Amino acid sequence: MTGPETTTPQQTEDVEQEALVEDALVEEISIDGMCGVY
Amino acid sequence: MPVLPGAAWELSPSVSLRPEPFGALAYDFATRKLSFLKSPTLVDVVRRLADAADVEDALLGAGVPAAERDRYVAALGTLATSGIIRERVAA
Amino acid sequence: MTIVVERPQGGRLVDQFEYGLDAPICLTWELTYACNLACVHCLSSSGRRDPRELSTEECKALIDEFERMQVFYVNIGGGEPTVRPDFWELLDYAVAHHVGVKFSTNGFRITPERAERLAATDYVDVQISLDGATAEVNDTVRGQGTYDAALRAMANLKAAGMKDFKLSVVCTRHNIGQLDEFKAIADTYGAQLRLTRLRPSGRGADVWDELHPLPHQQRELYDWLVANGDLVLTGDSFFHLSAYGEALPGLNLCGAGRVVCLVDPVGDVYACPFAIHDQFLAGNLREDGGFDTIWKTAPLFLELRSPQTGGACTSCSAYDSCRGGCMAAKFFTGLPLDGPDPECVRGNSETALAGDRERPGSSQDHSHTGTVRNAPVPLTLLRARPVSACDESPLVPG
Repeated sequence: MTGPETTTPQQTEDVEQEALVEDALVEEISIDGMCGVY
Repeated sequence: MPVLPGAAWELSPSVSLRPEPFGALAYDFATRKLSFLKSPTLVDVVRRLADAADVEDALLGAGVPAAERDRYVAALGTLATSGIIRERVAA
Repeated sequence: MTIVVERPQGGRLVDQFEYGLDAPICLTWELTYACNLACVHCLSSSGRRDPRELSTEECKALIDEFERMQVFYVNIGGGEPTVRPDFWELLDYAVAHHVGVKFSTNGFRITPERAERLAATDYVDVQISLDGATAEVNDTVRGQGTYDAALRAMANLKAAGMKDFKLSVVCTRHNIGQLDEFKAIADTYGAQLRLTRLRPSGRGADVWDELHPLPHQQRELYDWLVANGDLVLTGDSFFHLSAYGEALPGLNLCGAGRVVCLVDPVGDVYACPFAIHDQFLAGNLREDGGFDTIWKTAPLFLELRSPQTGGACTSCSAYDSCRGGCMAAKFFTGLPLDGPDPECVRGNSETALAGDRERPGSSQDHSHTGTVRNAPVPLTLLRARPVSACDESPLVPG
């Protein structure tokens, strides 16, 4: 098992980015962005 | 691209809007972009755009609470930037 | 009895998708098991046509269902879809019925005339398969002359003005060192590069041990994708590599039975094209009431759309983006589905892979049994004389 992790600046930014995404009513994804197709 | 409350908008003809329990998926055949509309109310607003006098009218008709207005206008802005909705040309 | 699960309000797209959708977003449709080639890693074990293949009318009825369900896009493959005489007719029918098409091809039949036609057709995309940036690497896996045929097809598409078609590569031990060259080839022809994962599916199971990337190569691939990600597609097939750090673009979710599925040449519906096995068979179009009914009610799909436990992986810090990796990869290497992916980047499958395990075979095998023109050239035989004159003259079927 991995040891305790400290939060890096990148991780903080990721959490903030995710909060923004969750707040927005529209999310864009690529039509190629789902697993299980040719 | 900012969406002004007084302007008239509509769903782009190349877009297929598909309702889902959580809102809708919108696929633009022209740009091959897929968008996820996260609220049924937003879907209602988008559907009302073509026949509404303007954006404000569509927001009112869909029952968007005043506190949520900015959020919905921002969402419409995102849809406009990706071309999912477009300004209506005056007939 | 299935338990009805409450879907969360709002939140991330991926959280919604785990509960499934009323229709797939897109899906793979293998049109035929027939193929002029015999690639060593073929995920559908294709080669010989199955006599029970769907008729032209049945195919059109399926397209009608896709239209009603608002399936946005189908990825047509096989086998080699262009060997079906009605392929071009079905392509036009799908487009006319508001179903976007991307088809996957080895390129042998993409003549200048066909390329012109494709370039002039809206809502159609083409994906050319290539697994080596040089003929030496490519033809070992795909067969004599296949490198040339792929580049010829791309040249024809470029000349016809087709923009942004796809060059699709399966990443193997032998081509991980060629990623920049693949990008250069794609750029030369105005195509978009697509890198996808080798799964131990179909004939892939027979060559997986020798062909799948080594651990240090997975790292190399991940780093390359992080550096080049915006320009390169992956079909979200590397979400197990997200355990290295930053998640790669895509849903980072197994879409099988939730947002995508496979329809095979005889009308069998599977959770995913990498899982052609009875265990992942949801139903058959002819016997179970058609595609819509199967998608919405098949017990296998309802099961996949209920909350999945991560099992042994839940306590891993990478679980949120890795999700335990690929169901098909685990199944065909004989690993438990609630455990780590065989290529777990933390090495959590090493013990299991070294131990005793039962590998399930494919449920379908349509591989060629006799000699094939354009047969794969084994690396060890590259310097030996050809077996027959046919090996020296790649045939271009009309």
